[in-house]
Amino acid sequence: MKFGVVQFPGSCDERDALAACERVGEAELLWHADGDLQGVDAVIIPGGFSYGDYLRAGAIAQFSPVMGAVREFAAGGGPVLGICNGFQVLCEAGLLPGALLTNESLRFVCRQVEILVETDRSAFTRGVEPGTRLSVPVKHTTGRFHAPQATLDELEAEGQVVFRYAPGQNPNGSERDIAGVSNRAGNVVGLMPHPEHAVDPLTGSSDGLRLFEAAALVAA
Amino acid sequence: MKASVLIRPKEGILEPQGKAVERALPALGFEGISNVRVGRLVELETDDPGRLPELCEKLLSNPLIEDFEVRLQDGE
Repeated sequence: MKFGVVQFPGSCDERDALAACERVGEAELLWHADGDLQGVDAVIIPGGFSYGDYLRAGAIAQFSPVMGAVREFAAGGGPVLGICNGFQVLCEAGLLPGALLTNESLRFVCRQVEILVETDRSAFTRGVEPGTRLSVPVKHTTGRFHAPQATLDELEAEGQVVFRYAPGQNPNGSERDIAGVSNRAGNVVGLMPHPEHAVDPLTGSSDGLRLFEAAALVAA
Repeated sequence: MKASVLIRPKEGILEPQGKAVERALPALGFEGISNVRVGRLVELETDDPGRLPELCEKLLSNPLIEDFEVRLQDGE
């Protein structure tokens, strides 16, 4: 099982993402200017501020060469996980539904939250019982998930809401407490919380590992 | 040709920047101002103004959350 972790200029969580992947399999960095995914079995788009997040978070990264390769990989059913800025990039690229807006509070939030796994049909929750609570940190200013009401209804009906903030823990005003969604096929997933920062009991929780283990299960 | 592109948050979308500005106004002595919404202005020069809408849809705005308006500046 080999993970690829994309690095854009301005990414900042790629090292933690690599370390998280390496607990489950092999991992290597994929540079944004390369259109070659090096034969990896799953792609992680980590957090940070790709291309300075100018214009809108994730807006410019969608046009980088590596994203062309990620689009093809995703179209072929390959597992792709966008975390935080990675989630924003996947939404801007049209690989995931919805958009991320400035937090309702206008504040940067940085704290541990609990999220509920809503479905086990996505590539990053395979084998995880729906209803499972995971403790993972959030750290963002632009994390308020938004989509038109009709789209939200459709996401719910199709099982594309993958993670929800536990009741009372929505840190950003996301619609329907949505913390993460998938595409229709379930192989592309994005979420605002950071599973890669929760892989060792030393830092309070290793619940984040579940997502990486799920991807390994899918690739096996 | 010079052009400006106005990008506005779509109606109905909560726009917290505008709210924050609005809340600050009374302290500065500005009363009776409401519905403040903050958007973006992009100024550019182009040889092909016909393609500006496409540019707006692909990059300058996110059609899910924003509306755009192109203004061409004639006589420049």
